[in-house]
Amino acid sequence: MNFLASSASDLVKNLESGDVSSGDLTRVFLDRIDSCNGQVRAFSSVTAEAALAQAEELDERRSGGQAVGKLAGIPLAVKDVLCTKGQLTTCGSRMLSSYAPPYDATVIARLRAAGAVLLGKTNMDEFAMGSSTETSFHGPTANPWDRGRIPGGSSGGAAAAVAASMAPLSVGSDTGGSIRQPAAFCGVVGLKPTYGRVSRYGLVAFASSLDQVGPLAATAEDAALLLEVIAGHDELDSTSAELPVPSYSELLAEPLQGLRIGIVESHFADGLDGEIEASVRRAITLYEQLGATVHPVELPHSRYAIATYYIIASCEASGNLARYDGAHYGHRTDEGRMLEELAEERRMLVEAGDSAGAEQIDGPLVRMYRRTRAEGFGDEVKRRIMLGTYALSAGYYDAYYLKALKVRRRIRDDFDAAFQQVDVIAGPVTPTPAFALGERMDDPLAMYLGDLYTVSANLAGLPALSLPCGFSDSGLPIGLQLQAPPFEEARLLRAAHQFQQETDWHARRPSLVEES
Amino acid sequence: MSDQPYEIVIGLEVHVQLRTRTKLFCRCSTEFGQPANTQTCPVCTGQPGSLPVMNRDAFQLSMKTALALNCQIPEFTRWDRKQYYYPDLPKGYQISQYDLPMSCDGWLEICETQGESSEKRIGIIRAHLEEDAGKSMHDEASGRADSRIDLNRTGTPLLEIVSEPDLRSAAEARAYLDELKLLLQYLDVSDCNMQEGSLRVDANVNLHLDEPSGLIATPIVEIKNLNSFRAVERALEYESRRQYEVWLEQGVKKGDIPKQTRGWDDQLEVTRAQRHKEESSDYRYFPDPDLVPVVVTPDEVERVRRSVGELPAALRSRLQAEYGVSEYDANVIVNQGRDFVAYFVEVADASGDAKRTSNWIQQEILRRMNELQISIRQFPVDAVDLASLIQAIATGQLDSSRGRDVFGRMFEQGEAVTDAMQSLGIVNVDEGSLRSLCEDLLAENPRVVAEVKEGKEKAVGALIGQAKRLNPNVNPSEVRAVCLELISQQ
Repeated sequence: MNFLASSASDLVKNLESGDVSSGDLTRVFLDRIDSCNGQVRAFSSVTAEAALAQAEELDERRSGGQAVGKLAGIPLAVKDVLCTKGQLTTCGSRMLSSYAPPYDATVIARLRAAGAVLLGKTNMDEFAMGSSTETSFHGPTANPWDRGRIPGGSSGGAAAAVAASMAPLSVGSDTGGSIRQPAAFCGVVGLKPTYGRVSRYGLVAFASSLDQVGPLAATAEDAALLLEVIAGHDELDSTSAELPVPSYSELLAEPLQGLRIGIVESHFADGLDGEIEASVRRAITLYEQLGATVHPVELPHSRYAIATYYIIASCEASGNLARYDGAHYGHRTDEGRMLEELAEERRMLVEAGDSAGAEQIDGPLVRMYRRTRAEGFGDEVKRRIMLGTYALSAGYYDAYYLKALKVRRRIRDDFDAAFQQVDVIAGPVTPTPAFALGERMDDPLAMYLGDLYTVSANLAGLPALSLPCGFSDSGLPIGLQLQAPPFEEARLLRAAHQFQQETDWHARRPSLVEES
Repeated sequence: MSDQPYEIVIGLEVHVQLRTRTKLFCRCSTEFGQPANTQTCPVCTGQPGSLPVMNRDAFQLSMKTALALNCQIPEFTRWDRKQYYYPDLPKGYQISQYDLPMSCDGWLEICETQGESSEKRIGIIRAHLEEDAGKSMHDEASGRADSRIDLNRTGTPLLEIVSEPDLRSAAEARAYLDELKLLLQYLDVSDCNMQEGSLRVDANVNLHLDEPSGLIATPIVEIKNLNSFRAVERALEYESRRQYEVWLEQGVKKGDIPKQTRGWDDQLEVTRAQRHKEESSDYRYFPDPDLVPVVVTPDEVERVRRSVGELPAALRSRLQAEYGVSEYDANVIVNQGRDFVAYFVEVADASGDAKRTSNWIQQEILRRMNELQISIRQFPVDAVDLASLIQAIATGQLDSSRGRDVFGRMFEQGEAVTDAMQSLGIVNVDEGSLRSLCEDLLAENPRVVAEVKEGKEKAVGALIGQAKRLNPNVNPSEVRAVCLELISQQ
């Protein structure tokens, strides 16, 4: 049996019926990682021993007739932004390159309790800041469909791991599109849940009011299975919603008859790649054939979404990343060299007769902070910290941060009004297919503008899903985005699942040469 | 009021550590004095990914305090991040409240008794809740600078109470602090221990001068590092003199230079400018997205209001009105705390003699409490027993000196009044024995009898001492009465 091509839902059945043991299944995926990760670099760390120990313990429990969880024995990859107790959690940053947290994120604890087998941590843009997984301290991840291209980001490793069959499921995080955009670029399903649907406890914060953890999988059915396990209120996260979690898997088959789909015509205007437009429009036509109706809707404030997003996200990030100062954990500059440097600077100033300058020189603590942060963070992280620090400074707060909050409210109001008329909003995930490695690294603005279609869902706190809806002539996957009102993940998963019953885009796999 | 050529204007910021079992945003214990860094978790050490969750108890204690300070409690309040770098602040920001504090616009009545006593209302601008930082321990003695951080205190709930600049002397500032501390103790919201840092004070001070050109204000100075109420008083006295001297020399006015921060040096008794870097900060406050805003319902406010109980000012008035205690005595009793007042009230009610109770309590009880450094709760003589003793004295069963002997026995041996009297061999002398004892004394002291007959009633006093030597249980006032009666019959 080719377990690598199986869905997680099928693997659950294989494990239940005894077709395969958790241990053997885990070995199958660890072998795949061994042979493919060198080309794709989806994983930044692989915890083979712990995974096998976990799998074997599950096998014993199962053979002993003990109850096992919903994902018992299913191998899974986790974005390196979720804390795993005693295991590296680097966030793709030199700052945390040797950091092993003293605790498990709530999502990790729920996965472990459900019996999921953690294969390792996947690569990402540093602190989830980026759209290409190129800003990682570990180096870039390659797109499995074309290794000269980026996999998207920031959850690029998580999407590539599923696309390259190195894990049937993965967990990512989405602050402005970081699950949906790599899912689109890698040809898998990715869901950003409603803000508050999944606990953020143990998710290393980028922008607290936008971050949300979500599933990546080959199919909507698998994403539903994974979401059921990780969703739900957590008393350790006061922003998590106190709402019951529906059985997403059981709601997938409900007919789409009468589903009202909203289309924002401005999403199809200038700048959208022609092949993407054609694929997305074909997908919408298919929905009509399945009984849905299509209606134009407007989101007039969406054109401010990118600007609003980059202010709010950067402001929050500047605060959230202040803790990385070398005092308590993570990277700290070489203190001996720092003290020598200070002494040398002072000596030179004194020799030059600049005693005032010598007075003004940093104290050791301030210099430790400066050097630690200069060494520990990459350029993109520094850029956003500076943006956020500037926007929150006295005299600028009202013009930037406060204004951005007001626009954010308007963006949410637009969606509320649109969802009075339609059940979901459909459109593209990205303006172009996956771009080449290095193509946008020197042009941050072009990189930011690529988030055009995805950031609004984060600003409005809505659930949004990306699913494969075609391929470009050059063989790159194309994604369709579906957005729904708050806590209507079931509606998104149902629409995606039934689309996948009629199409096979999700069944295609890139051809990777297995290296032995 | 003073002979100074200026008026001192003072506002105080008091940080009160609230008495909660656990920290403000995590479940770590707040117990003082534990080994360094043993009361920590991912949240209070600022680990990546950790999130704060508000401790509702801390919020309730804050509301209780704010209500006792006559503050308004807005329906909606939220948390802000105050951002700055320091090693004892692991997140790089402190969770505090900026533009929407949990309470505002209150007042506290103080009574400054150094001059003639006068009551004065001191405005409270706001009281807001925030988390404490950790402790830095700098070992400068070791030659090489070596700093260590203890994060046990990090995240302990602090209530910051900010007064209006309504205080006009160091003595008034002291009276405000004493009254505030007493109030906090009555509310049982803090242990108010300054040594352990449960109560911390910063003072803002400047001078108003009535110059020919009009009213002039000197630049405002914030004084930090005030480790005791006495230090607050002395620092304010020093700082006002200093500001006046600087004014005379330099003539710098408020607004000419930014607000300055000075630290109090307790040894040298001077304030010293802190480095410029430490004072000019842009904290870049913004709402903490990790915490949901707090919504307070009117019902909740009422429930907390009912838990406030009778406060010092109200108790002082009640003791004077209902128990006929003097203002001074009421102050002494109330300042000892709620348990002491309860003890007084119980003894006064049971004995029916508030005046005598007040005297006894202030002399014997307070003296013994101070000697043994114990609280009224630990006091071995319970209120009912003390009331019986006071009754025995009031009815003449015991004279006050024998009363003190009995009390000593009650205190030391834990005996009840009657047992203590028995142990001391105190028995009531019956009417017959007393008369015959007095008759014998009169017969032996004809000179005394003669003097009394001449109108010198005082002379009978000589007989009382003799009577007590013959029988220690006789009551002096009874001896006196019987002797005078017998003489008048002769």
